[in-house]
Amino acid sequence: MAYRDDQLHEEKVFKDPVHRYVHVRDRVIWDLIGTKEFQRLRRIKQLGTSFLTFHGAEHSRLNHSLGVYEIVRRILINFEDRPNWNREERLLCLCAALLHDLGHGPFSHSFEKVFKLDHEDFTRSIILGDTEVNQVLTKVGNEFPQKVADVINKTYHDKLVVSLISSQIDADRMDYLQRDAYFTGVSYGHFDMERILRVMRPVEDQVVIKESGMHAVEDYIMSRYQMYWQVYFHPVTRSAEVILTKILHRVKELYDNGYMFKVEPIPFVSFFEGQVSLADYIRLDEAVVLYYFQMWAEEDDTILSDLAYRFMNRRLFKYIEFNPNLQMNEWMELYQLFRDVDLDPDYYLVVDSSSDLPYDFYRPGEEEERLPIHLLMPNKELRELSRQSDIVEAISGKKRTDHKLYYPKDLIEKLPEDRPEKEKIKKILNKQES
Amino acid sequence: MFSLLDNHAKLVKVIAASEGIVGRKKLQKIIYIMKKFGLPFEEKYTFYFYGPYSEELSLRIEEITNLGFVSEVKENKSNYYQYRYQVTEQGEDFLKHSHTELPLMESIVHEMKEQSSRFLELVATMLYFDHLPKHEMEQKVQEVKKKSNYTPEDIQEAWAFIDRLQK
Repeated sequence: MAYRDDQLHEEKVFKDPVHRYVHVRDRVIWDLIGTKEFQRLRRIKQLGTSFLTFHGAEHSRLNHSLGVYEIVRRILINFEDRPNWNREERLLCLCAALLHDLGHGPFSHSFEKVFKLDHEDFTRSIILGDTEVNQVLTKVGNEFPQKVADVINKTYHDKLVVSLISSQIDADRMDYLQRDAYFTGVSYGHFDMERILRVMRPVEDQVVIKESGMHAVEDYIMSRYQMYWQVYFHPVTRSAEVILTKILHRVKELYDNGYMFKVEPIPFVSFFEGQVSLADYIRLDEAVVLYYFQMWAEEDDTILSDLAYRFMNRRLFKYIEFNPNLQMNEWMELYQLFRDVDLDPDYYLVVDSSSDLPYDFYRPGEEEERLPIHLLMPNKELRELSRQSDIVEAISGKKRTDHKLYYPKDLIEKLPEDRPEKEKIKKILNKQES
Repeated sequence: MFSLLDNHAKLVKVIAASEGIVGRKKLQKIIYIMKKFGLPFEEKYTFYFYGPYSEELSLRIEEITNLGFVSEVKENKSNYYQYRYQVTEQGEDFLKHSHTELPLMESIVHEMKEQSSRFLELVATMLYFDHLPKHEMEQKVQEVKKKSNYTPEDIQEAWAFIDRLQK
């Protein structure tokens, strides 16, 4: 039997708190799960710094990847024998679902920003490079790794296949919303996925939703909206993210200036030098990063040690709402005052905007900007969701942006009372302190 | 203004230089093309159904409109909406305070603005695959843009456009 068709003697199941069970029968999937690159995802948290806000949010990228695989597996059972669906693409879809986040690194959002990296490039490199994952995929066929990479990169010729993994209603989003809700413990993020899976229909180049399933999709869109404000965009999580980013900036700056670290940051050197090899990237996980944060909390450089100590011990920055348009002068004044009291404003006075976080809203958009969710009407016509649903239309037009100013309140409180700057800083910040 | 909202300032600068842009899709592709030509935009793009698209940019556009730096007018077309962007007085003021460096060539922004968003989508898609040899790139573009029915002449024209921008 060809490897691509090889089935396990008995179905394997993984217990899963969101989907109850993840079912594996294909040998290829089983082998991919066993690769070291996939197992590495156990050591990367799905929600980055959110565990500092929601103590349950310790779930990993591996949990999520298995969940996305399971959802796609269930969708494909529903698609079997439907028109427009090519059964030959089944294994490709399952592999792409399982591997779609393979290139995520530790706290990848901050790492990508500071070191100008892209986890999607690394996903591609792991799939196409000299890796265990590549060995498994190549056994299916020489072209197969490239096909999997194309699906994940969304450049595969069959857009229906791509849309299962990446569209505005796809397996990725359906898993992370439910999983993140479960592990954070919030009561948002729930929707009737079984219903959505039943009303999904493959059409020529996209997955659409039968019109009768509109209310289930409304619930899904509402969940996305609520999870954004309640979890992904939580101001405390953003504070942790700000500190993490500043640690990475500081440590790079010190390295560039020839600073002698007490413990040489060997796993980071290629990141500092902008020459990250695939092997370097795969080696770096959250266990390694947190070890170095412990070490950096003991460094002589006061900024680095302070920031690392803050992250490890959850001594986060406080914040105020900030309108860069109305408060420009206050910002400039604060910047100078921070300098005057030797608090480097580049590290201790940070404006964080909603666009600094990775998240995507449902966007009907304009024509051909981005593919929206389409409803399949009884007369076979396709209608964009927000044109049919008042709820979705209302959410789509809502203001979804804000800006916050983060600062170390404790350090300001510690300034001597006789420093005139202290009172001035407090006066500006206390105007609308959180 | 130090480094406050640098990335927002760059966007406002482009819209100011263009004297107004009609279409989110057009704005998305213009920024992508400029980024590919080495201008320091930090928005992350990925390939979507209609070519390179940045959600980060979409949100940033929302931010600059919510801050009042840019006005957004929504026009209802038959099956979709279209958005018109123009820098406001507050936006002009914001730019005066900004120290953001963006070696913008206004003529290039103008030239892009005059193109259709369909054409800019083709150019952006070609640039997305610029790591491939020319022949393979054209093949890949045709493969992922099957429905757009770009003709060999369109592709020729896109090459000429890219050459002009490179100069």
